[in-house]
Amino acid sequence: MNSLRWRAMVGQFKHQKTGVAALIVLAVFILAAIFAFLAPYDPNRIVVMDRLQGPSSAHWFGTDDYGRDYFARALYGGRVSLSVGFLSMMISVALGTAVGTVSGYFGGKIDNILMRLVDVLMSIPSFFLMLILNAYLRPGIGTIVFIIGILSWMSISRIVRAETLSVKQREYVLYAKVSGQSTFGIIMKHIIPSIMPTIIVSASMNIASSILMESSLSFLGLGIKQPNSSWGSMLNDAQGFISDAPYMAIFPGLFILLTVLSFNFLGDIFRVAFEPKASKR
Amino acid sequence: MTPACLGRRPVWEGNFLKSFILRRVLQAVPLLFFISLVSFALIKLAPGDPVLSFVTPNMGAEDVERIRQSLGLDKPVYIQYFLWLKNVLTGDFGYSLINHRPVLTMIAERIPATIGLMGTALVLSLIITVPLSMYAGSRKNRPVDRLLSLFSYIGISIPSFWFGILLIFWFSFKLHWLPSMGMRTVGSNSAWDIMKHGILPVMVLSFINISMYMRYIRSSTISEMEEDYVQIQYAYGSTRNTILWRHVFRNVLLPVVTILGMSLPELIAGAFITESVFSWPGMGSLGITSVSGLDYPVIMGITMLTSVMLVIGNLTADILYGVVDPRIKTAG
Repeated sequence: MNSLRWRAMVGQFKHQKTGVAALIVLAVFILAAIFAFLAPYDPNRIVVMDRLQGPSSAHWFGTDDYGRDYFARALYGGRVSLSVGFLSMMISVALGTAVGTVSGYFGGKIDNILMRLVDVLMSIPSFFLMLILNAYLRPGIGTIVFIIGILSWMSISRIVRAETLSVKQREYVLYAKVSGQSTFGIIMKHIIPSIMPTIIVSASMNIASSILMESSLSFLGLGIKQPNSSWGSMLNDAQGFISDAPYMAIFPGLFILLTVLSFNFLGDIFRVAFEPKASKR
Repeated sequence: MTPACLGRRPVWEGNFLKSFILRRVLQAVPLLFFISLVSFALIKLAPGDPVLSFVTPNMGAEDVERIRQSLGLDKPVYIQYFLWLKNVLTGDFGYSLINHRPVLTMIAERIPATIGLMGTALVLSLIITVPLSMYAGSRKNRPVDRLLSLFSYIGISIPSFWFGILLIFWFSFKLHWLPSMGMRTVGSNSAWDIMKHGILPVMVLSFINISMYMRYIRSSTISEMEEDYVQIQYAYGSTRNTILWRHVFRNVLLPVVTILGMSLPELIAGAFITESVFSWPGMGSLGITSVSGLDYPVIMGITMLTSVMLVIGNLTADILYGVVDPRIKTAG
């Protein structure tokens, strides 16, 4: 990323307080996830005597229906939610970038085949396809990451392809071609760096939607399962105790909302910073 | 605008539109073919032997083999595919593995509840979004616009099931105003009862719809406001409101066409999560139950139906776009 773009981005952050707020929120959640082991209680320790206690100084977020400390569970749940979001984003960005650049760079038959594949995958409601694959495969965190990653790269590949089409006409790419660089080298060294801003924007938006997908799957009881928990699966548990323990539903949901909101804000700020035209909108 | 284009003939008088529609329809055919392949693969790749669901303990090996033959499972895969495709095209989607009822009947039972729910949410969202986001777009970066933008950010970021739970907590458990689940109270058959059950799910769906649509319509309003015809109207002395509602409004209807096309499949497919939070007896909850019960024929039926609706929705949006906006006819 060159310094001009970097400066544009810093300028954009100065301009928009929401961007700074988003960064702070994400930093807090990421640190909390990393240092979850510092939590005062074991997230899986069951104390039946303490079940369904409201928030107090001993249990900041109260306790759940098994008397487990809800604060510790929220920290570990955040670890799972954020890692699933991040890892599946890596898969979809890698796939989307690979398909998009290859399709855009080679054009012709390859482009046609790959883009028809994207059309087909985009014609099947992806959330339903996720549910189906999830039912076919062995449950677990790895499966969730795989399913979300492998079914949400299509829109990225379309955007990357469009960018590649314009970048490959630039002089420095033609020059690299004439000077005998390999196709792989051109894509890696010239095309991908110049479409990096687009990739970053897509990645930020994708992480937001991946976290939402994971939480929806887990909420339906089809994603993360006991003894593991994510913010989504915590909401699945909380659903049965809404009238007795509303805090059980409020905390995890609020964390999902804040995380997803922050990634969406960041995505938009990157977009505006990288495309001067977009700032008019 | 040059004076020449004032006297042009409407597009639909030419052959442009006809060939445009034909081209789009032809493009959809291979797509539908591949969708059918994927749906077929979903059944073939499903874990477990489909014959086993018909087998009872007192059957011999020959009986099992006979069932296998009668289901056509002894034939090569591509023959199986064509037999399956023939059945699907004649409306035979097979039978549910769980209650052994025809898949098509099960789907048909669910569709009215889903169309009612999704249709209400769609109409309500459009009625609210269009004026609201045009207002916001015409006052770009003013406090109103910023407030509505924040609202729309929250709407696209909020987990729909969580929003549903909060509404249930507040309106059903605290205030006791509205029922929290289902579509009817047992024994009651009035339309008002169904409406009362529908209010909360419609609120969830509309909030999310409005937030998504708002971004399209707002940005389209902003770019329209920069067009020459708006400047000319200003020069003539029209007020901003007159320009907005008399001139910009008609052009802003273009993204609405896209939105309608996007929403067509949803109208039939339903909302998996919202329907399941509120136990709304529509297609979405049928989808969830069929997946949890590994009911492959139902899963396949829903996949086929919703994907075909998605293709038809995109096609309709494309064609409508060509009809409403003459600039599109030559492109694509």
